[in-house]
Amino acid sequence: MKQYLSGDEAFAAGIRLARPEVVSAYPITPQTIVVERLSDMVEDGSLDAEFIHVESEHSALSCAIGASAAGVRTFTATSSQGLLYMAEGLVYASGGRFPIVMMNANRSTALPWNIYGDQRDSLALLDTGWIQAYAENAQEALDLALLSYYIAEHKDVSTPFMVNLDGFILTHTYEEVDVPEQADADKFLPHYETENCFDFEHPKNMAFSAGPDTNYIFKYKEHAALLRAIPVITEAEQKFAEIFGRQYTGLIDTYKTEDADYILITLGTIAGLSREIADKLRAEGKKVGVLRIRYLRPFPTEEISAAVKNAKAVAVLEKDISFGNAGTVFTNVTSALQAAGLNIPAYNFIGGLGGRNISHADITDIFEKTEHGTERVNFIGIEVQK
Amino acid sequence: MMKEILWLGRGGQGAFTAAKLLGAAYAAKSEDAYSLAFPSFGPERRGAPVRAFTKLDAKPILDRSETELADYIVILDETLYSDGLQKLLKPGGQIIVNTRTKKPDWKAFDGDTLAKSLRLPVVNTVMLGALSGVSGVVSVSDLETAIEGYLAPKIREKNKLAVAQAAKEAAV
Repeated sequence: MKQYLSGDEAFAAGIRLARPEVVSAYPITPQTIVVERLSDMVEDGSLDAEFIHVESEHSALSCAIGASAAGVRTFTATSSQGLLYMAEGLVYASGGRFPIVMMNANRSTALPWNIYGDQRDSLALLDTGWIQAYAENAQEALDLALLSYYIAEHKDVSTPFMVNLDGFILTHTYEEVDVPEQADADKFLPHYETENCFDFEHPKNMAFSAGPDTNYIFKYKEHAALLRAIPVITEAEQKFAEIFGRQYTGLIDTYKTEDADYILITLGTIAGLSREIADKLRAEGKKVGVLRIRYLRPFPTEEISAAVKNAKAVAVLEKDISFGNAGTVFTNVTSALQAAGLNIPAYNFIGGLGGRNISHADITDIFEKTEHGTERVNFIGIEVQK
Repeated sequence: MMKEILWLGRGGQGAFTAAKLLGAAYAAKSEDAYSLAFPSFGPERRGAPVRAFTKLDAKPILDRSETELADYIVILDETLYSDGLQKLLKPGGQIIVNTRTKKPDWKAFDGDTLAKSLRLPVVNTVMLGALSGVSGVVSVSDLETAIEGYLAPKIREKNKLAVAQAAKEAAV
């Protein structure tokens, strides 16, 4: 059924279809209305879940970990400083192999205090062992609500999953979305069954310590599980396409990259405007393309190098900066190029920090600079004096 | 060609609800009708000036940035008008203001009087109807369907009446 929804509302609709049994959340800023909608659904009886209001984001995730350890499908959501406050819990969830799904509204981090959109919150926590996906529009966000549980709960994966939606630009923008039928959602996503839970009949030790003699094995297993998510993502998307008729493209999404000399690599909503500008430049005879990263973890090392291997130069546009180095997405991308032995120039463009608009002219300028060469790291809107 | 509508109001006047109803009405028209509706981003404050945006097109809309040039600017509170707004109009664009004061700068529509006669506390759907009457970007029946789908049951009839009457008056 077609409905006119914001990204937040679309995600909440997707979560309702996934039938989580526990939703825990801290409802105060920087939280978005996704948990308000879920709270409404629990209240009106359309979602049969326990909604637990907690006193902080740290508690929200701790509560989700406890519920997941009891063997039920669990959801939480946060944003910005709230996500940072959860940091301790993130590694408990991934280390405990609890397949919690969390929606994060990508928003800036303090100081200066700012609640507008950028990707510094989730990218700062890329190394916490969670799967990280980035949606481009409300439909993809809704669909990821279902796909995320399928992938996270798969026995080969058993890893928590963070779905990222660009703050405001996606979370607060309304568009038409196809909301699937519950019967189809149930066909796609069966009831969650796990042995990784407390069981009075078969008592076991969970969330234990592991010293230097065994600890590294657990860490290796976490790493291996994240890599095993790659084929599971493909499997999930194929099954999704069979039931819902929408086919997604795995870890990356390419646009006119096959014969492109210059490729802009980016993530989230800004990929849309990037493709529009690529079309304009193509009309002027420039061979340009756009590669959208859909998953930052597991990282598309091979997929990216295969897509850009014939390019003359690449640009990476991201809404974050790892101070003292470059953007986090950029360092991941250049590492993928190096792994494939690709010695092509790569330029980093940092934009959209604290919600600053990235304009048509900015994207055109990125393609221009990528063609003619520029600094390794460039801040959009700031000309650095040499 | 994409049509872009910029809404200006004050927090609590329902400018964003009007932007959203317009987007919903347009997108529901056919398979080849797409729209985005969004508020000016940031914290919300009652009484503070707010902007809202609706983008309408026959193909999926990839550009999610705030409108730089609008086809129509709809102003719910006359005090929010400034001459600078003329520069935000595309060639042939139009500004529609909730006012009794006729000026060459704008198309005046007396939304307050109509809203009062219908016992509506805000002028958002009245001005939405006026936009429909002036521009024809959506029909009154499309707007009525959107109101049916997205406004609370007890205020639907009054608001449907508001868009229909405003569209008729504004088209003259």
